[in-house]
Amino acid sequence: MTFLGLPAGSGHLHGERGFPAAARDALDDVQLRRNLGRATATIRAKRAAVVGELPDWAELRAAGAAIKDDVLAHLDEYLVQLEEQVTARGGTVHWARDAGEANRIVTELVRATGAREVVKVKSMATQEIRLNDALAAAGIAAIETDLAELIVQLGHDEPSHILVPAIHRNRSEIREIFRREMPGVDPDLTDDPRALAEAARRHLRAKFLEAQVAISGANFAVAETGTLGVVESEGNGRMCLTLPRTLITVMGIEKLVPTWRDLEVYLQLLPRSSTGERMNPYTSTWAGAVEGQEFHLVLLDNGRTATLADPEGRAALRCIRCSACLNVCPVYERTGGHAYGSVYPGPIGAVLSPQMTGVKENPTLPFASSLCGACYDVCPVAIDIPTMLVHLRGRVTESKGRTPERAVMGAAAWTMRDSGRWTRALRAARLGRLLRRRRALPPPLSAWTATRELPEPPTETFRDWWARR
Amino acid sequence: MRVALFATCLVDGLFPQVGRATVAVLERLGHEVAFPQQQTCCGQMHVNTGYAKQALPLVRNHVEAFAGYDAVVTPSGSCAAAIRHQHAELAAAVGEAELATAATETAARTYELSEFLVDVLGVTDVGAYFPHRVTYHPTCHSLRLLRVGDRPYQLLRAVRGLELIELPDAESCCGFGGTFALKNADVSSAMLSDKMRNVLATGAGICAAGDASCLMHIGGGLERLHAGARTLHLAEILAATEEPR
Repeated sequence: MTFLGLPAGSGHLHGERGFPAAARDALDDVQLRRNLGRATATIRAKRAAVVGELPDWAELRAAGAAIKDDVLAHLDEYLVQLEEQVTARGGTVHWARDAGEANRIVTELVRATGAREVVKVKSMATQEIRLNDALAAAGIAAIETDLAELIVQLGHDEPSHILVPAIHRNRSEIREIFRREMPGVDPDLTDDPRALAEAARRHLRAKFLEAQVAISGANFAVAETGTLGVVESEGNGRMCLTLPRTLITVMGIEKLVPTWRDLEVYLQLLPRSSTGERMNPYTSTWAGAVEGQEFHLVLLDNGRTATLADPEGRAALRCIRCSACLNVCPVYERTGGHAYGSVYPGPIGAVLSPQMTGVKENPTLPFASSLCGACYDVCPVAIDIPTMLVHLRGRVTESKGRTPERAVMGAAAWTMRDSGRWTRALRAARLGRLLRRRRALPPPLSAWTATRELPEPPTETFRDWWARR
Repeated sequence: MRVALFATCLVDGLFPQVGRATVAVLERLGHEVAFPQQQTCCGQMHVNTGYAKQALPLVRNHVEAFAGYDAVVTPSGSCAAAIRHQHAELAAAVGEAELATAATETAARTYELSEFLVDVLGVTDVGAYFPHRVTYHPTCHSLRLLRVGDRPYQLLRAVRGLELIELPDAESCCGFGGTFALKNADVSSAMLSDKMRNVLATGAGICAAGDASCLMHIGGGLERLHAGARTLHLAEILAATEEPR
């Protein structure tokens, strides 16, 4: 399946190297392992506590999945409804096929205002399309105002987590970044979290008051009213969404909910799953533009329609970007987000990124999982990530055609589908005992024996024992 | 009740002692066990590596091999989960409606060992004696696909002489993951090192689990490091008695 004709996703969705090679470097970063281990353990415990206190979590979760499935089944209708409502309330809607188109639209809109600097609300969609780079190329500085995104930006770094983009940094690293990169910062800045937050607050306050243009993403868009919503913790979003004269929102086309009432479900599911809070500190909603201000909504496809076309994979579009699956993933916990090469790391990234780009661009991500299933258990919209990973693995192997691996798998299946052949193969395998080599085996078994002994083959298979008993 | 053993390919070829132990426990409880010779492999490795089509003949063979038995017992949470969650879906995906129905029916009478003992036979004390300190790793597929919950712990607590020590961070994956252990060997080994650290922290000499595959990985790591702990399958502990074997 290639879904010809549907736009493939571009931007920050795949890495230069495959996952195994990128992961190897990450595993050796001792500081990263410590930071991630602590941060994910803390957030896992918080989530578990606040989810556990809701007696109707299972029902909420089912509702969260059902509403999104309805949206995906009628996406064309809901999107048109949204456009009508936003337009009727004084906003302008733009449609972007891919990252390049979205970046051109936003750049033109900013240019038209004459602004050389924009403030940004933390947004996955704009990170996905690498909007900041596109704006920089046009001579426009984009200032991230979410604390963690600011840390990443000042550190000339990439986000490594959907919700906590600087999860790979600890406070002494953050202090160093601020001292090096933040204009006018106190050179005696300590690594006390309060002092760090205060430094960021002073730096950002000036930006908020000067900004003519703000750029945001959206957590939700309500089709029936044209309302957009952003949930956040720091108040920076509220500043960006209200102060500047022009607001540009870039949003993936799957972020819709049909009615205002549906928000009730997601405003319970999202904060509990993401930050482990009963409710997030700031929830901002707006519809269209108020007098004297301008509002532009850029609706982004970038591989989402292609994802929607696969019945086995489309449920990935239910994702509300809570990152609960990252925090419980034993692979993510050890490699961090950069190894995935995509702005969407962890289990959801492993199913979303390859579908958005096409599996040929991302052939290693579906295999970046032990299929332990922890992600599915915590997903607030019940995306069966392990089953989807297995499906995508099939798409990857099919896209590769004839490979040595396919030949080995075929031979194994041929042997195993007949018990006579299987019995003879097992007896032959016992000859492995004669080799007495359980350590330095050739590839691909060397991947096993590098860190693990192989079991010593038994003198007698089970079925031979059974036959003579 | 006609009880059949599905040994699994791994136990058949590499860990026959686990199959023998499973038979010993079931026979001690008064059940006659059959071993249908036609059985080979559930096909999970093929499916999970992206070769679902190659697995289909294995599904057909499995369904045929276990037709007519009242219960199919297997000492593997992972293989039981593949039979329950993959077989019928694979057949249905290629339009083999009859095979899908038969696979669903086979799955409905397939049990992982602890499920069979606790749920079907209603037994937690299987008459075992094992005077050792043991910690238990609940394997991911028995935990999250079969939801066996505390059944293995119920069985272990009833073993005379056994001291069960809680494994820290027990529900975290050991890093085996089938071909994941080869394709992402470095990440797999990093996960293994944390699992081994937790096993060793218990001071137990034995780490038990309900899957020979995960144990091959954990045990292979412990052996390589000469760490002073070893692995045993749950069935092997339940089969142990005061009688010399």
